[in-house]
Amino acid sequence: MIRLHSIHSRAACLAITVCVVLTGCDRNPTIVPGPTSTLSESLSGYHFQSADTQALQDDQFANPGMLWVDRGHELWLTPPPTSKPSCAGCHNDAATDMAGVAAHFPKFNRSLNAVINLEGQINYCRETQQQLTPLAYESDDLLALSAYVGYQSNGLPVKVAIDGPAAPAFAAGQAYFYTRRGQLNLACNHCHEDNVGRMLRGDKLSQGQVGGYPAYRLEWQSIGSLHRRLRFCNVGVRAEPFAYGATQYIELELYLKWRSQGLPVETPAVRR
Amino acid sequence: MIRTINRRNWLAGAGTLATLTVQPKLMAAMPEPVQSVIQRDFPGADIQPGKVNIELPALAENGNSVRIKVSVESPMTETDYVSFMQIIAPANPLPDVARFDLSHANGLAEVETRIRVSAEQDIVVIAGLSDGSLWSGSAHIVVTVAACLDALY
Amino acid sequence: MLKARISVPARARRGEVMAIKTLISHPMETGFRRNSLGQAIPRNILTRFECRYNGKSVFTATLHPAVAANPFIAFHVRAQDSGRLEFIWTDQDNKETSVIRELTVDPAA
Repeated sequence: MIRLHSIHSRAACLAITVCVVLTGCDRNPTIVPGPTSTLSESLSGYHFQSADTQALQDDQFANPGMLWVDRGHELWLTPPPTSKPSCAGCHNDAATDMAGVAAHFPKFNRSLNAVINLEGQINYCRETQQQLTPLAYESDDLLALSAYVGYQSNGLPVKVAIDGPAAPAFAAGQAYFYTRRGQLNLACNHCHEDNVGRMLRGDKLSQGQVGGYPAYRLEWQSIGSLHRRLRFCNVGVRAEPFAYGATQYIELELYLKWRSQGLPVETPAVRR
Repeated sequence: MIRTINRRNWLAGAGTLATLTVQPKLMAAMPEPVQSVIQRDFPGADIQPGKVNIELPALAENGNSVRIKVSVESPMTETDYVSFMQIIAPANPLPDVARFDLSHANGLAEVETRIRVSAEQDIVVIAGLSDGSLWSGSAHIVVTVAACLDALY
Repeated sequence: MLKARISVPARARRGEVMAIKTLISHPMETGFRRNSLGQAIPRNILTRFECRYNGKSVFTATLHPAVAANPFIAFHVRAQDSGRLEFIWTDQDNKETSVIRELTVDPAA
């Protein structure tokens, strides 16, 4: 009998809960056809939160993610110590220049010959245009800039390109989504397609839509990136998480953004 | 999980037995962490139930951030106002949550904040008026445990 | 300096009760959490919030670890004279963060 760390004991309980018939909670969401294979209607994670959590997201003042959006705005205007321009120096007013940008990431970057996400793009600009070192993943400043840029796409539909040079990354991300992993041997679809709306202990399982990232999670008591959430999903099925910014996560991110297409960007979302 | 009464904690926080025996029946009905706070902050005081309104969800999906609004009806004039409102969470590892000091300058005795709730409990609010009287209210809350505790991941 | 958000009218009528909302970035580390090595993460909290109206204290809050991270505090202040509202957060090491907002008060209706 393998001795489990306390976190993994909880994960084991999770496995048992998942494997047996889950008790349905109040209602299942009404389903109509959508882009994913078994889900009929795309529903943002917003719909799977309590009323209080939804209200906090909707509160333009009190949404804690806005603290990072404010910081991002400050960084946007701050010229770097190199003699290069600030973000505003090239991109002017973010509300106009960045509208729709976050909704289209991840995307293929020709110079890097790779699909990159928004965080990658921000760091690419910093390095090539501002001669600055890249910001560390999950650092407050990178979260602030991606939250700020994401915020400028609020309400706009997610729409990513999955054809041409992005096609291989998309295929890899899709394969990841349907591949079992970890000691619990679960794939993403087992929770986020097959058991949407059902209770996993205290959580109502969502579809795993990603239009709200970076998101303020009450569990983290902080804003965090999608990759942080994905790492935790990996831990949840007792799989080794990848590093922040890993290619596997970027490919998965592209697939998840495609899956979320049409849903409005909600950055900064508030989730439990 | 209901926090169990620890007699040592109670005696450590409490005043003398003589002080305790003059407490009204209400006090004895409160969980002992609340009694300890009251002994510490308002020794010998008579606290009556009433006047305090608490808006608190009956169920919070994450105890890390729960919205609470506390208020007391008062004209908030220079001679008749609420002087403080104090929030106590008896089942938290530390029952003290926050205390708000007010005066007629506020115009309205209503404060909203977000608190941490570690377990199912009755959140208690003690309010003091300018005439020296003390009032209490409470609201019950259940906190669900999220299916996957993040544990710093 | 910590990031703060303040919602307060720039203008009010004398006698009007103004709703003020504040939000500040702070982890409010309780001191009860443990890291992955089992070591307690040291307490790091804001312990006090104060609003001063033209230099006079009109609202104070004493904060303990049970106040949620990134503290939100909403309260009210009756508009009297034009001047400034100062919002001061103090942490457990007595370090202060202060934000000032100008207020114009018009005569009562």
